[in-house]
Amino acid sequence: MISAPDVVAFTREEELEDELCSEPPLPEEYSVPLFPFASHGVNPWAKVASSKFTRDFILISEFSEQVGPQPLLTIPDDAKVSGTFDLNYFSLRIMSVDYQASFVGHPPGSAYPKLNFVEDSKVVLGDSKEGAFAYVHHLTLYDLEARGFVRPFCMAYISADEHKIMQQFQELSAEFSKASECLKTGNRKAFANELEKKLKDLDYTRTVLHNETEIQKKANDKGYYTTQAIEKANELASVEKSIIEHQDLLKQIRSYPYRKLKGSDFHPYEPECALDQANTGCDQDLTTSDLAEPGETQLYAHVPSYTPKLIKAKSAKCFDKKLKTLEELCDIYFFTQTLDQLHQIERTFRGDVCYLLTDQISRALLKQQRVTNFLFEDVSFLDEKPPEKQYRGCQGLSQDAVDRKCLEESSTPKVVISLGSYKSSVECVPIKMEQEIEDSQEPKMTESVTFEHQENLDYLDADIKGSISSGESIEVLGTEKSASGLTKSESQASLPVSPSPQVGRSKVGSRRTVSEDSIEVLSTCPSESLIPEDFKASYPSAINEEPYVDDEEGGLRFTPKLNPDNADEQEDISKQENLVQVDSACCIGKESPNFLEPLPDLGQKPCDEDGVVRIPPQPYRQVEPGLRGSFGGFPSHDGISGGLLPYELDSRYLTGSREVSKNSLDECSDSTSYISSAASTCSDRTPSPAHLACQAAERHKKKAGQNALRFIRQYPFAHPAIYSLLSGRTLIVLGEEEAIVKKLVTALSIFVPNCGIYAKPVKHWVTSPLHVVDFQKWKLIGLQRTVSPAGVNVLHALSRYSRYVSILDADSKTLRCPLYKGTLVSRLADHRTQIKRGSTYYMHVQSILTQLCSKAFLFTFCHHLHLPISEREPEESVVNRRMNFLKLQLGLANEDIKIVQYLAELLKLQYIQEPGQGVNPLLRFDYVPSFLYKI
Amino acid sequence: KSSVQTIGEEQIQNPYTELLVLKGHQDIVRFLVQIDDCRYEIAFQITGEKLFELHGHTHKITAIALFSSSDVSEEKNHLILTASADRTVIVWDCTSGRQVQKVSCFHSTVKCLTVLQRLDVWLSGGSDLCVWNRKLDLLCKTSHLTDAGISALVELPKNCVAAAVGRELIIFRLVASNDESEGWNVLEVKRLVDHQDNILSLVSVNDLTFVTGSHVGELIVWDALDWTKQASECNFWDSSIHPDVQPEIKLSQSPNETSVQHLTSDEECVFAAVGKGIYVYNLQMKRVIACQRTAHDSSVLHIERLPNRQLISCSEDGSVRIWELREKQQLPAEPVPTGFFSMWGFGRANKQANQAAKKMQENTPVYFLELVGDLIGHSSAVQMFLYFGELGLATCSADHLIILWKDGEHESRLRSLTLFQKLAQNGDLQLKF
Repeated sequence: MISAPDVVAFTREEELEDELCSEPPLPEEYSVPLFPFASHGVNPWAKVASSKFTRDFILISEFSEQVGPQPLLTIPDDAKVSGTFDLNYFSLRIMSVDYQASFVGHPPGSAYPKLNFVEDSKVVLGDSKEGAFAYVHHLTLYDLEARGFVRPFCMAYISADEHKIMQQFQELSAEFSKASECLKTGNRKAFANELEKKLKDLDYTRTVLHNETEIQKKANDKGYYTTQAIEKANELASVEKSIIEHQDLLKQIRSYPYRKLKGSDFHPYEPECALDQANTGCDQDLTTSDLAEPGETQLYAHVPSYTPKLIKAKSAKCFDKKLKTLEELCDIYFFTQTLDQLHQIERTFRGDVCYLLTDQISRALLKQQRVTNFLFEDVSFLDEKPPEKQYRGCQGLSQDAVDRKCLEESSTPKVVISLGSYKSSVECVPIKMEQEIEDSQEPKMTESVTFEHQENLDYLDADIKGSISSGESIEVLGTEKSASGLTKSESQASLPVSPSPQVGRSKVGSRRTVSEDSIEVLSTCPSESLIPEDFKASYPSAINEEPYVDDEEGGLRFTPKLNPDNADEQEDISKQENLVQVDSACCIGKESPNFLEPLPDLGQKPCDEDGVVRIPPQPYRQVEPGLRGSFGGFPSHDGISGGLLPYELDSRYLTGSREVSKNSLDECSDSTSYISSAASTCSDRTPSPAHLACQAAERHKKKAGQNALRFIRQYPFAHPAIYSLLSGRTLIVLGEEEAIVKKLVTALSIFVPNCGIYAKPVKHWVTSPLHVVDFQKWKLIGLQRTVSPAGVNVLHALSRYSRYVSILDADSKTLRCPLYKGTLVSRLADHRTQIKRGSTYYMHVQSILTQLCSKAFLFTFCHHLHLPISEREPEESVVNRRMNFLKLQLGLANEDIKIVQYLAELLKLQYIQEPGQGVNPLLRFDYVPSFLYKI
Repeated sequence: KSSVQTIGEEQIQNPYTELLVLKGHQDIVRFLVQIDDCRYEIAFQITGEKLFELHGHTHKITAIALFSSSDVSEEKNHLILTASADRTVIVWDCTSGRQVQKVSCFHSTVKCLTVLQRLDVWLSGGSDLCVWNRKLDLLCKTSHLTDAGISALVELPKNCVAAAVGRELIIFRLVASNDESEGWNVLEVKRLVDHQDNILSLVSVNDLTFVTGSHVGELIVWDALDWTKQASECNFWDSSIHPDVQPEIKLSQSPNETSVQHLTSDEECVFAAVGKGIYVYNLQMKRVIACQRTAHDSSVLHIERLPNRQLISCSEDGSVRIWELREKQQLPAEPVPTGFFSMWGFGRANKQANQAAKKMQENTPVYFLELVGDLIGHSSAVQMFLYFGELGLATCSADHLIILWKDGEHESRLRSLTLFQKLAQNGDLQLKF
C-alpha cells in the first residue's frame, strides 16, 4: 500500500500485458533502442549479470562419502533455470565451505559414539567469475549406514545479485533454517526408526546366537570350549555391545530437546506422529523396556511389530552399500514439506532485490497501522506473518497475534520456557551435565550470549569473513555457531568437565560447550520448535533412577543448585563411563575422512583478514525494543492494542540505526528466545497454505488492478460507482454472463473497504433474490439476471431494496446510484491515467486509499470532533466543528465527506469491538435519490 | 382506485439510517416485549446481542406478557409469561433466562394474558378466564365461556377487566374473597353486545374510556366506569366520509379490508388500523379527522403513536411507515418518480406510480397523515414493532428476522463515546503525544 509507483519504478510483472504490446509502434527514428535485457523481463536497474543462469534458484547438494560433492536437485526443477551453470562445480565449491565436520563417532575416552546435534552453518559465498552468489546452508543428517552416522548436505540459494544475498541474509537464513529444521526433524524420526529396527535385528541375532551357544554348551560337557564356541561367544559379546551402543544412540536421538507443547493442536504433523509412534514403539520388551515408561509400553503393545532378521554383527563397509536418498533419509512427509518450503523460499525471493526490500518495508509499515490497515489490506496474511519477516518479527515481537499465542504457550505449565525450566521439565530431560552447568550459571550465560551476539554483529559490521582460497571473492559471513574452537568442545563433550574451569573459561568457550552439547541453547535456533514431538522426548529412566553420586563426579562440585535431575544426569554419564568396553566393530568409531579435516577451520576464522570488503547485510529491521518488557501485560484484543505504540516505533524507525537494532536483538536474544521459537512454531503451522495464499493474493491484485483499469477507461460513470463502494453502499453488478460479472466484481473489489479483519465483503456471484441481510454482509455483489420467473423475483427484490444499493447493469451498461460530486475518486480513477499495468494501478489505488485511511484515522481519533469539549457545549457546535474539520482540515468536498465518515465508522466498529465476538456488520444508508447513468 | 402513497428515496425526516438485522428465530417472530430500560426484546439487547434463547413451547406462542416485580426494594426480577397453542403458560425469569414454572392445566389455548400489576395478579384468557398470583397459584376462574374463547383483555378501573369474547364484550370484576387474604373471586358484571362481528382489538384510552374495534370495521368508544357506549364509528368506508369513493368499490370490499386490526390512542385521538388504511378518530369531535385509506399495500398489523406527533405502522406487505399528523395547509411533497425500474419493465412493476393518493377531502378532515418515511427491510409481513425513542425501533417479521432500526448519527456519536472510553481505558490516550 505504501509503495507508490513512483517509489518503485519497477513493478514485478512476469508477463507483459497486452496493452503494452498493442500500442502502435513509434516511427523508427524516434524509438529508443530497447534495453538489451528487456526480453528477459529484467529491469534496466538490474545489474547486468554475467551469470550463466537466468534466475535465482535453490540447489541442494550432498557431500557423498562415495562420490564426493554432488548436486541433488534444484528448485525450480527446471533445466532452463540453471542453464549452462556448472552445478557440479558449484556443488564442490559450496560443499567445500562446510566448516563444521560435526563430530560424531567415538570421542576419545568415551565409551559410546556420540551424536552431536550440530547447528547448521550459514555462509555466503560468491564466485564473481561465474557471476554466482549464494547463501549456503549446511546441515547434517543422520544415517545409520553412513560414515560417522552423518551425511553432510547443503542447501544453497544461488543468485546473480550479490546484494540480494547480502541484504536478505537474515531472511534467507531464517527461511532456510526452517526448511532445514523440517528436514532434520524428519531425519531424526527416520533415524530413530532405523535404529529401532536395527536394535530388533540385533536382539534377534543375540537370541539366536545365545541359543546356539547354549546348544553348544550342552552338546559339549567336556569343560573346555571349542574355538567355535569361543567364536560364538565373541560374536555374542559384540552383538551385545552393539545393542548397547545402538540403544544409546536411540536414547540420544530421542532426547533431542523439543521445546514444544505436547498438545495435539500444536502438532502440524499430527497423523505422521501417530504413525511414527506406532513404528517406534514396537518391540517393547527389549528395545524399550528400560527406556520407555510402562504406559507407553502398553500403548504400543498392540502395534504390529517389525519382523527382525538375523544380521551380522559387523556392518558392511561403506562403499559396499547404496547410500540412502534424501527422501529415504527423511520421512517422505517431511521431505515434501521441506520441498514445499523451499519452493516457497524460491518464490518469495524471486525478483529484484529492490522489490523485495520495498515490499518488506511497506509490509512492516503496514503492520504498524493496526487501526486502519484492515480497511483496504488483506491483513490475514499480515497476521500470518510474511515469510521473510518471520525471524525478525519474532525478535521484534511485533505480531501480537503470535505473541498472544506465545503467551498462551508460556502460561501453560508444560512449556519449556527457558533453560532454567529444563530442570523441572519432565519432557526434556537433560542428558548431559554441561547443560546443567550452564543452568547453574545462567545469569552468566545470559551475559555471555549477549556478548557474543554483539560480537557476531560486530563481525558482520567489520566485514571480516572467512574465506576460501580460490582467488575469487568468497565470503563467509560470521555464523554464530561457527565462531569457536572445535577442539575445546570436543573434549568437553566427551569428558565430564568440572564446572569451575568452565566458569573461568572464556565466554566463547562456555557458549560453545552449550551449543556443541546435545542440548542446544535456545536462542541460537529460532526455528527449532517446529519439530513435532514425534519421538518420545523424555526418558523417564533418567529420572526414575535413584540419585547416585559417583566419586568421580564428586570432583565436579556441583553447587546446591543441582537438583535431582541433575544428579540423574551425572549418574547417567557416570554409568556410561563405567561401561567402557571393547572397541566397536562397526563404523561407529570411524575417523572423519581426511579431506574434510582442513575445512572445519574455515568457518572458525571470522577474524581473518580477507582484504575483501563487503557491505554487510543491512536488511530492514523491525525494531520494537520497548515491547520486550510488555508481553506480560499484553492486551489481549486486536486493534490498536498496546502493541501498537506507533509513536515509539516511528521514532525508532527514524533513528533506525543498526545500533538500536543490535541492542534490541541482544536484549531479546536469550530471554525472549522462547518467544521466537514459539512464534516460529505458531507461524509454521501451515507454512505452505499461508504462503500460497500470499501468492494468490499477489496474482489477484494484479488481475484486479488490470480489470479496474479497464473498467475506469470503459465506463464514464466509474466515479459514482466507486463512490458507492467507498461510502459503503452496496454495489450490485447485474448481468447475464457470469464471467463478465465476475470480472467486473474483481475489478471493483479493490475499492471495497473491509468491515473487519476477515475476508472482503464481496460476493462474486449470486443467483437468488437478495435480502436485506445480504446488504449488511456484502458490499459488492455480482448478481445473475435471468428471464425466468425466478429472475423476476430477483429483480423485484432489487427494486424493493433499491434504496440500499447501487446497480451496475453489465448488459445494458447503465448504473443507477446516487450522485457523486467529490474530487477524491477522480484522482483514484482517472480514465486518462497513464498507468498501463494492473499492478501499478493497484499500487496507485492503494496509495490513495492509504491517504484516505489516514484521514479517516485522524477524523476518528480526534476527540473534540465527536464529543463536546465541555459539558455545556451544544451538540450543534460539535457538528459544526466536525464538518469544518472535514471540509477545511481534510480538504474534503461534497460526497467525499461521506466516504471518510463511513471509513471512520468502520474504524470505530473495529476498535470498539470486543475481542471475543466478531464485528456485527451494520448497514448504514442514506435517503438520497439515485440517478441513472448511461454510456 | 387509489394506490398507495409513496415517498421515494429522499426522506429527510426519516431518522433511521442504520439497521442491524438480528437473526435468531427460526420461524415467524410475532411478539416483541420491552423488558426494561436497557433491555429490549425477549432475547436481544439494543446491540443485538442475544441474551437468552427460551425454549419450552411446542407450538406457536399466542400471547406474551411481562410481569414486573411489584416490590421496589427487591432487585429487579422480571418475569415473562408466555402462552402457547400447546395449552401451556410458561413463566420465565428474565435475568437468568430460565424457566421458572410451567402451567399446563388449561383446557384450551390461552389467547391473551394480562398482568394486573396493581393487584399483583395476572389473568389468562382462553375458553375461560383464570386469575393467578405471582406464585402461580390459581386464585379463581370463571365458568366455561365459549369455545372460541377470550381474544382480548383489557384492564379497567375498579378492579374490572373487559374481555372480548367473540362479538361480545364481557366485563368482569375481581372481588377479594372474604375468607382468605389473598384470594380473589371473579364475577361477571356485564355483557355488551353492540358489535356486529368479532371484536379484534380492545384498547384502553384512559381511565375513563376504552375502545373496541371489530372485524367489520366498527369502532366503539366505551365509558370505562359504567360501560356505556359513548360513541361509535360504524363504517369507515362510509361514503359520507369519503364522497369520492365509488359505491361499486365499496361493494367489492371484503370484510378483511375493513377489519379493525389494531388500535392505539393518545389522549385526544384513537388511531385505528383498518384494513390497509389508518384512521384517526378524535374523541372530542367524535369523528374521523384524518385518514390514509391505503396506507400500505396490504393489511396494517400494528400501529403506534410516537410522542412527536408521529405514527408508525407496519403491515403485511413487509414495510414500516412513519406518518406525521399535520394540519392541512400545504400539499405534501410530490413523490419522487422511480423511473429506473419501470424502465426495465419487469412484470410486477411497482404500484408506486406517480399519482399518489392525495384524495383528501376539503370539508371533513382538517388534518392529514403525511408519509415522512418508510423502512424497507423485511421480506415478509411485519408483525409488530417496538419503539425505543431515540435508541431506535425494533421490528419483527414473518421472515424470521428482527431488524433494529437506528439513527445513524446518534449511533455514530455513541460509538465515538465508546471509542474514547476504550482508548482511555487502554491508556492509549496517555501514551500519545
